[in-house]
Amino acid sequence: MTNNTKTLKSVSLYGEEEVDLVIENDLITQILPSGTSDKGEVINASGLIALPGLVDLHCHLREPGSEDAETVLTASRAAALGGFTCVFAMPNTKPVADNAGVVEQVKHLGDEAGLVQVQPIGAVSINQSGNELAELGAMAQSAAQVRIFSDDGNCVSDPLLMRRALEYVKAFNGVIAQHAQDPGLTKNSQMNEGSVSATLGLRGWPAIAEESIIARDCLIAEFVDSRYHVLHVTTARGAQIIKEAKERGVKVTAEVTPHHLLLTEDLIEGYSPVYKVNPPLRTKRDVLALQEALASGVIDCVATDHAPHSEENKDCEWDQAAFGMLGLETALSVLIQTMIKTKKISWRILAERMSLSPAKIAGLNDQGQPIAVGSYANLVLVDPNAEWTVKPENLASKSQNTPYQGLTLPGRVVHTIYRGKFTVKNSQVQA
Amino acid sequence: MKHLLSTASLSKADALKIMDVAENLSSISDRPIKKLPTLRGRTIVNLFYEDSTRTKISFEAAAKRLSADVLNFAAKGSSVSKGESLKDTALTLKAMGADAIVVRHPSSGAANQLAHHNWIDANVVNAGDGTHEHPTQALLDAFTIRRVLKNSSGDLTGLNVVIVGDVLHSRVARSNLWLLNTLGAKVTLVAPPTLMPRNIESWPAETSFDLDESLVNADVVMMLRVQQERMQDAYFPTVREYANRYGLTQKRLHVMNAKSIVMHPGPMNRGVEISSQIADSDKSVIVNQVQNGVFVRMAVLYLLLGGQSDDL
Repeated sequence: MTNNTKTLKSVSLYGEEEVDLVIENDLITQILPSGTSDKGEVINASGLIALPGLVDLHCHLREPGSEDAETVLTASRAAALGGFTCVFAMPNTKPVADNAGVVEQVKHLGDEAGLVQVQPIGAVSINQSGNELAELGAMAQSAAQVRIFSDDGNCVSDPLLMRRALEYVKAFNGVIAQHAQDPGLTKNSQMNEGSVSATLGLRGWPAIAEESIIARDCLIAEFVDSRYHVLHVTTARGAQIIKEAKERGVKVTAEVTPHHLLLTEDLIEGYSPVYKVNPPLRTKRDVLALQEALASGVIDCVATDHAPHSEENKDCEWDQAAFGMLGLETALSVLIQTMIKTKKISWRILAERMSLSPAKIAGLNDQGQPIAVGSYANLVLVDPNAEWTVKPENLASKSQNTPYQGLTLPGRVVHTIYRGKFTVKNSQVQA
Repeated sequence: MKHLLSTASLSKADALKIMDVAENLSSISDRPIKKLPTLRGRTIVNLFYEDSTRTKISFEAAAKRLSADVLNFAAKGSSVSKGESLKDTALTLKAMGADAIVVRHPSSGAANQLAHHNWIDANVVNAGDGTHEHPTQALLDAFTIRRVLKNSSGDLTGLNVVIVGDVLHSRVARSNLWLLNTLGAKVTLVAPPTLMPRNIESWPAETSFDLDESLVNADVVMMLRVQQERMQDAYFPTVREYANRYGLTQKRLHVMNAKSIVMHPGPMNRGVEISSQIADSDKSVIVNQVQNGVFVRMAVLYLLLGGQSDDL
């Protein structure tokens, strides 16, 4: 028995049976009847639910380039506090992560922080400008081993470039993750187009701008038989198009953000830019359809689109404000509120959507493993009965642009374990 | 009332109070000295981020007739191109002791933010924010309608008002729609389909794409200005086609009700949305609108800055 042994005593696996979970070094080595193990450091986990460490396919860590808003270290803290053991970093940094050098730098910063596995996403096109393919193969072969490529924030709107990208990444089992937004239909768009935008006098962002790109891309992915991932689906029709594509065998996967599962466009009535996000908040009908699609598996996973912005980019006129909202520290609680409390899904399905599926889409073998003997000890222990009130100043992120300010949310991350080490213990980050 | 940000949030009682106070204040313009001491020592800032001649001088005249000190803060272009945010400007004006801010801004919601984002504690009057609202324009329009088409009820019950033009981008149309509805008028919005908002069925108005059909029963015809930039964005093919289909031309006079009146918030594009003959005809109350604008803005400033309607 080594010093790196611990027992999580009387922990409930997936909200089901209670067990004693024994961790040695970075592996789960034994699962014993509750109350029978005293090996190593014993942590009383009675009343806590254990899930596989969460995996987030969609974050903006802002480093390099916008360290005033967030760094890899501060985002790693936020991620650990949110129960994540792996986060994917979008390439819209300064410089853009469109080459092996930048993705390796981001990977290295993540390793240095050491709180979560940081996996860079590479840009599809040089400088995310939508003109020429970036060196996708070089990024795949680099130390960062990039498999997901995206121009997130920009849509790959040129159908030929999209086709080429989808074809090219087949050589290394890559996937193209699309920010579905037809730029011609969304010039200066500010919020969902509908009765609220009409009344507020904010330029509308039609649902069809998203849906038409999803439909087109599903056809291209089908034609070239490659893997296509839809970032942050926000409309009922978008989910329907994905469902139909899946039914005819298209290799399409999709994600939804916590905020699109909870928040609706009418929050914008006071013009607070904290609700300004791309893609925009939609209608109640869309929210319910997205919850349904996540429950049924049409939408494969939850991704936060964690997008920190410094105060000067948010405390200003609506149309001058930046798009985006924080998400890492609140994601699990929002999912408990929208999906668990409402009995739309079980904890086991939650684990599927927030850990197993995203790891699989990313082609990661060492994350998103089920809680079993021999799996890596990547775990989150959540108190399902706790509640907490979101206070921006208490968040670990360097920015404060949370849309949940003042909301009381259910479920609290108590411990997060990454490769056998506590990154969060008693809700305190360990670095 | 602390602020006047929109007519959507204005109660009928407050709207009528503003109009009644404006009526009382209008008598001052007949006096040899057109000034009241009411707001002496109070500072009103005209904060204009967009070019505007008539609205700005109208507010300035209103404030001066109430003896307020008026500061004009004109910012060219948007706050960003100028390099100072609305927030910093608000903090500056706070430091200068502004009691009220009259704000015009290209961003929808800017007046709302000034009033509610804890930047400054002054009274805020929205003088036009983006494509959202322009409440004093609607109040002066309602005031003008009430004066011309006298109605025993004191409000606008039973009147048919047709608003014609770029409804999608017009803050004047929005403010008028809500206020006219509050005051009991029936509103019909007329525009080409491209300039009509989607989901408009949630608005308390009839809609039509056909101007001639809508003119028949109109008591009031309100024409909206066509902005040059709509042309470039292909909302309609040519100015000539727009003028033919949606302009108030001489040939449309015969379908109009004999007693109906014609309004325009200005500045007019003569020959586009309205012909010169109609703009200068007996039907036109466009000059009255300008004159009434001063009275209505006096009433708004008077009431926001603490005057009581029975003091007059």
